[in-house]
Parts: sequence; structure tokens; C-alpha cells
Amino acid sequence: MMQQRLHDLAQAAFDALQPGEDATVSFAGERTDFARLNAGRVRQAGSVDQSDVTVRLLQGRRHASRTLTLAGEGDPGRVAAAVAELRQLLPLVPEDPHLSVHTEPVQQTSVLGTEPDGAEAVTAVLDMAAAGGERPDLVGIWGSGRIGRGFASSWGQRSWFERGTWSLDFCLVHAGDKAVKRTVSGLEWAPERVGQALSTARQELVALGRPVKTIAPGEYRAWLAPAAVDELWSLLRREFGERGRRTQTASILPAVEGTQRFSPLVSARESVATGVAPGFSGDGWPRPDAVELVRAGAVVGSLVSSRSAKEYDLPCNGAGAWESAEALELDPGTLAEADVLPTLGTGLRVSDLWYLNYSDRQKCRVTGMTRFATFWVEDGEIVAPLQVMRFDDSAIRLFGDGLVALGAEAELGMSTSTYFRRDTGSTRVPGALVDGFRFTL
Amino acid sequence: MTDAVVRRFRDALPADLDFCSLRLVSTRSESLSIRKGVLQPLHDSEDLGAMVTVRQGRGLGYAATADLSAAGLAAAIARARAWAERTAAHAVFDHERIVMPEPTGSWQSPVVKPWDDEPLADKLARVRAAAASLPDDPRLVEWEVALDRTRVETRLVTSGGGDVTQVFDMVSPDATVVVHADGRTQTRSLGLRGHSRQGGLEVADDVGFTGMPARLLDSALSLLSAPDCPSGRMDLLLAPDQMMLQIHESIGHPLELDRILGDERNYAGTSFVTLDMFGSYRYGSELLDVTFDPGVPGELAGYAWDDDGTPAERQMLIRAGILERGLGGVVSQARAGVPGVACTRAASWNRPPIDRMANLNVEPGDSTLDELVSRVERGVLMRTNTSWSIDDSRNKFQFGCEWGQLIEDGELKEVVRNPNYRGISATFWRNLSGVGDRSTFEVWGTPYCGKGEPNQLARVGHASPMCLFSDVDVFGGAA
Repeated sequence: MMQQRLHDLAQAAFDALQPGEDATVSFAGERTDFARLNAGRVRQAGSVDQSDVTVRLLQGRRHASRTLTLAGEGDPGRVAAAVAELRQLLPLVPEDPHLSVHTEPVQQTSVLGTEPDGAEAVTAVLDMAAAGGERPDLVGIWGSGRIGRGFASSWGQRSWFERGTWSLDFCLVHAGDKAVKRTVSGLEWAPERVGQALSTARQELVALGRPVKTIAPGEYRAWLAPAAVDELWSLLRREFGERGRRTQTASILPAVEGTQRFSPLVSARESVATGVAPGFSGDGWPRPDAVELVRAGAVVGSLVSSRSAKEYDLPCNGAGAWESAEALELDPGTLAEADVLPTLGTGLRVSDLWYLNYSDRQKCRVTGMTRFATFWVEDGEIVAPLQVMRFDDSAIRLFGDGLVALGAEAELGMSTSTYFRRDTGSTRVPGALVDGFRFTL
Repeated sequence: MTDAVVRRFRDALPADLDFCSLRLVSTRSESLSIRKGVLQPLHDSEDLGAMVTVRQGRGLGYAATADLSAAGLAAAIARARAWAERTAAHAVFDHERIVMPEPTGSWQSPVVKPWDDEPLADKLARVRAAAASLPDDPRLVEWEVALDRTRVETRLVTSGGGDVTQVFDMVSPDATVVVHADGRTQTRSLGLRGHSRQGGLEVADDVGFTGMPARLLDSALSLLSAPDCPSGRMDLLLAPDQMMLQIHESIGHPLELDRILGDERNYAGTSFVTLDMFGSYRYGSELLDVTFDPGVPGELAGYAWDDDGTPAERQMLIRAGILERGLGGVVSQARAGVPGVACTRAASWNRPPIDRMANLNVEPGDSTLDELVSRVERGVLMRTNTSWSIDDSRNKFQFGCEWGQLIEDGELKEVVRNPNYRGISATFWRNLSGVGDRSTFEVWGTPYCGKGEPNQLARVGHASPMCLFSDVDVFGGAA
């Protein structure tokens, strides 16, 4: 239904064109059920039905665009009117030297997933959480429904991406800021996976009941669970863009220029084929299955948007305007889950990191906090939960000289970001054992 | 147009609903920008939709739709009702306890030079003039100037006869320059679009938009050759554009009642503030007066009613350092049993309202800038936020600025680059040792406050004088 809506609106735009004009129409839509949870109960719950199209009118290298929220029956007329109004703007616009339009008549369709009924699933989740009698202090967000992304051009391209998804992003809270966090998600509703996540979270919650330990600032050996590695690479994945490299603003420039180096254990790529992002960018450029970014520690690739492609005379590889990886994949290593604590020995087991930002961007020095369930480990045994700690360290060093081993299993994490709309990003990263993780406060 | 929608909404209301509201939100935005001499693609957007809220018994449900036909509104009411009824047994509190406001009236941002009154060609000329202020300089490796506008019209209609219309006109002049030489890169900007304000094109005039890029370039070039910020415990003088961030992160968020009540623990976090602290807790030194003030002309988050329809009034949150009141709307106040303010707001029609800080200001003191500087034996003046990080209880923070200047023996000395500082909210504000007078007071704001599940961005305003803090852990890029 969403796909047909795009095709109808695109036709309305193309029918409104005059000789010498072209147009593109991109679509983003969702029907979402959500429920905020607190104390094992529902804080806010509801549904969101929203779609918009962005119509771009082109006269040669002059162009302008408008985004319209779709309302229903009158939408084709509004799209045609938008074309006419954009036409009035173009005399004011100079030719765009960085315009790069995909003009191949590509036909792509990818539709997967069946979302559950949101209210029924939320009730089932709360019942599972309360199984065994006492209602746990569960807090988080349920989200489910269909997501559509599409692109059409007057050159004949029709690209469509649609997913039915569900996700439960939650914490079981022990007390205060001590909690166990989990995210489970999928394309087909699997309540048993929610039950399993709740069960393992309950088990881990027990250890948070021990007396809290405080450690002094200093350098510590640490196991970063996949969620913590994901947080670090969620910062780094924005730094592989071509523009950041050319304008001297990318934090990973020391690794690009070779003055610092990631560990030979590190290989990373933008992997649309194994992620959950559309196979085309918002402006219609097809994305290759994978773009290699780091090979055995050496930075070997960059993400190139259509505008950077023109500006720097490079081929576009389907990156969005921000040139941030949307399906980042970091190769796993060899450290098996059962060997993590024995290999860590004495140090920190960090479940989650939080609120990362640069303390010195040019040196890729990053600060942030531990969060939720960070434990002090001695001789391979969990001893005590730790007070939250602030770290300040070079991310290149952490995944360079400081990297001891990567976990043997990489976990797929579907983005739970819902600013404006549900995101289609993902990461697939393993845990990491690092030496000398620098804590400051 | 909205009158017809409201009629359809009222016609579609079932007689047996306990409470239902329709919050219509129309947003128009335009962006004009030039990057490295190239006009960026012109783009505008038109967004109109509605959030239907239903309270039925103990339950509350929401349904957001852009289908504002009679059938679309009826379907949204039915969906919201279904959520209310199906989750009532699991509701985190009894919504029947809450008496929702039924306000009437209208309000509009004060505007001197309406955006729509000036032809597009003239607005483009403004942006081109700002861009032209930048000289050719091989060290200038990246720059962008932008002039954006957003116009938001909201109408809140309730089943009990409430009907409020508010119109928000906002303009955001912005500029960023990046310079590079001898292996060093420095950036100067307005930090998180800090000049975003309510108003019309007079906002661009008031902040000196035309000469802004050149001023930033001069500042950035001075940083290129500057030494790194020294490390150690020393005095810290924060300019209003960094106070914006300091207030926001370590006063605003900790005082949000929904965080204290635990709603945000899975995402934005909790708070070191507990409900028993209101009325007695010493948040800062006796110099600290903090207000929730929706009425400061031009400040970004001014309004007359929040998105629940509660009338917005100026309130003291912290008086002479003592915590008096939290940031929570009618629902959170009922849940928490402590005083709050009218601050329940939603990012748009597609999100339910939650507690937000809106305009949160530090009130001026009685010291001139010269007097503040003269008290410092060794310290740093910092301007313009570039990095921010704080723990989920809003206590341990580390902030970085674009620009620093040493203060030694009561005098401003050389410029320093990469200035950072860290501290703990619970003690930092108690070290507030000087507050600038009205001559140092500036109004700042940003459209980028993220919070909530589903995620929401909110516009916030923060006005502040220069503020002096003692015994702060300061460091530079090499530390």
C-alpha cells in the first residue's frame, strides 16, 4: 500500500513536468505502535501513522525540493502544485556544481517482515516480565510496525524498501542507575526471544545486588561487551566520510594518514547486504553490498555521498548526505564468551557506554561514561558492581595498541533510534578486550 | 483550515469518552545556506498532522495521524481509545486522578520583520553577503553559513471545550568555519545553532549575521597559533554561550520530574535529584537564582500554554541556591507530589508530550565582566560549546569549548585552544563564586535537545550572564 502510494505520487509529479524538466520523488513512511514502559507498567502507549514525500524538480543543474507530509486523497494534487511552485524558485537558483543525479532506470524492491499487533505484544511482554509473581522494575520502549522507504525518478528508477519489524529496548533496574539493559528485535515476532532476554537479564541482575565498589581514576584492563563497542563505533562510524577527510575534520584522520593505526585485528565495513538499511540512498543512489573501510588495521575506504562524488571527482557509493555508516560491521575475533572473564583476569567488565563525545577530536580522543552494569572482576570472577566512571581515551588507541582481543561472536544491533521516525540503521560488532582503558573521574 | 478539522473532530467524538484532545501541529521550514561558495540545494517543507489523546478510565492512549478527514480523525480517536482501554490495567498510574486543563485563548511570537514579507531573492542576498565577508585564505578549509526559518502553528482542542492557538516564528542564523595549518585544525561556530530565536528576520540583524563568518574566522585563526589550554585546578569563567550548555545539562535535565520518576531510565537517564530534595536542597551557592521563564522576548522556547494546555508562568526553580521546584507538567506533578511548571511539550504532532525544560535561565547578578576577571588569580575564560558528556544521573560531566583565554592576576591574557573542564553537578554549582550583571546577560537557545522514547527533539532557550566558578578541574587537548 505504501509502495503504491509512492508510485501514484511520483506519477503525479512526473505528469506535471514541462519539457526540459526532470523530477525525483523520495518517500519515507511508517505505521508504528509504541509503548513506553516504567516500573513494569505502561507509561504512554499509542500509534503513529506518518508518511512524507520529497519532490525535487530539476532543470539541468538547477534544482529545488519540497517535503510534504501525506494526508490522503488530495496528495497527488499537492505534489503537482509543489512542482509548479518549485518551478517559480528555479530562476533564483544558480547551477549547482555538486549536483549528481542517479539516472539509471533501476528497479529494486525488497519487502520483508511481519509485525505483530502492538497492544497484544505489549501485554504479552508485561506478562512475561511479571511471570513468577513479582512485577519487575522494567523500563523501556516497545516499537513495532511497518517502515517504508522509496525512490522514483523521471528517468524510470523505482526503488522500494519495506520492513515489518518489532523491537523491545529495555532495562531491568536493580536500584538507582544499576540496571541490566537488553535490546531484542526482529522481522518476525518471536516472544520466546523476549522471554530469553528477560531471563538472562534477571540472572545478571543478581550480581548488581552486591555492595558497590568505587575505583580510583587510572588505567584498567577492560572487557567491553558488544553494546559498549557499538557505542564507540556509533561515534566512529560518522568519521569515514570523504568530506570529513578532505576538510580535515574527521576524527580518524591520524589513522587515515598513518600516524596512528588500528590493530591488525580490526576490519570493518559498511555492509548493507547484512544489515537492515535500504539498498539505496535517500537521493536514489544504489548501495553496494559492502564498502570496505578498515582492512587489518589500515583505513582503506571512505563513504562517498552523491555531492562529495561530484565535488571530489570520485564514484558515489550510496552514502547519505552525512556520509555516516548505516550498517557498520566489525569483524569478530577469536575470544569465546566462556573465555572472556578468565582472559580479562582482573579489571572491568563494561556492559554499556554512554554519552560519548570528543575531548580532542583531532586526536580522536573520546570521553564518555560507563552505564548500567559495569563490574569489577578479579582473577576471572565478578566481584562487585562499580560506580559509574568517566573515561577519556583515544578511540584509535583502544582499537589499536590497546586492543588485546575481539570476541568470537558479533551481535546484530538494529537501531532503536526514533528521532522523527524509526531508523533503519544497524551495527554488527563483537565485544573487545582492551588494555589501559583510561578513567578520569 | 483548522476550523474545519476541529469541527470534524468534535463531530467524531463519541459521547462516552472521559476525555479526548486534538493537538494540531503545522510546521513550515526553509533552509538557505552556502557552503564553500556553493549555494546548497534549496529545500522547504510543509508538515501538518494531529495527535489524538484519549483518557478512558485509568488508561491513556495516543494516536497520531496526518489524515485529517472525518474518517481519518474518527479512526485516530478509535485507535487512541483502544490503547487507553487495553493498557488501563497496566497503567503506571491512575490517569483518572489527573484533571486535564481546558484552556482557551491564543498567543503568537513577537515578530518585527516577518520572514514571508521579504522576497526569497533578498533573503538569499543576506546569506550571500554573510558568505562574502569571508576573505580568501588558504587556511580556511571548510565553511558554511545558513539562515533557516521555522513556523509552527499549534491548536489544542479538548472535549471539554478547551481551544488554544499558538504561533511560533523562529529564525536561526548560523555559521561555521574550519581552519587548518601545520597539522592543526580549529573550528569556530555558534555551538548547536545557539543564535536560534523566536522572531523574524530581525534576529539575523540583531546577531550581526552579515559579519558573523568573518568574526568567527578571526577567532579560529587566533586559535591555530595558540598554545594548548593548561591543566590543573583553577577558576573558570564561562560565557553565556557555554552557560547555555552548563545550565541545560546539569540543572535542566536533573530537575525533570519524569526523569526523577524513572520514565527515562532506559534512554536519557535518571537524576541525582530526588523528590525529597525540593524545598531544602542546596543546589548551588547563594549567588544562584534559576528561573523557568517562558516570557523572555525572543528566547527560543517561549509560549503561553504547554502542550497539555497548562498556562505557562515564570517560576523560580532555584532561589539563592536552594532547590524549590522541578521541571514537570500537570501529570508529573500529580505523580510526584511536588511543585512543577507548565513544561509538557511534544516535538511535533507525531509524539506525545513529555516534561521539557523550555526557557531555563540563570538570573543576572551584580558583577561587571571586569570585576569578575579582576577576582581571578589563575583561570580560564571559555566560550562556545564543542563537546558535552554527562552521566545518566546528570552528575559527572565533562564539557569542551571551542575558545579559551587565560586569566592571570586579574587580567585577560593569551588565547588557548582545546579548553575542557570536568566536574560533578552536585558540587560544581556550589562553587559559583561570581555572577555577571545584566551587561553580561545574553539569550541563547538550541533546537537540539534530545530525550524521550519514542525519541523527541525539543527547542530550548537558555539565557545567562557570565558566571565564575572556583576550583574547577581544567585541561587541554594534550592532557
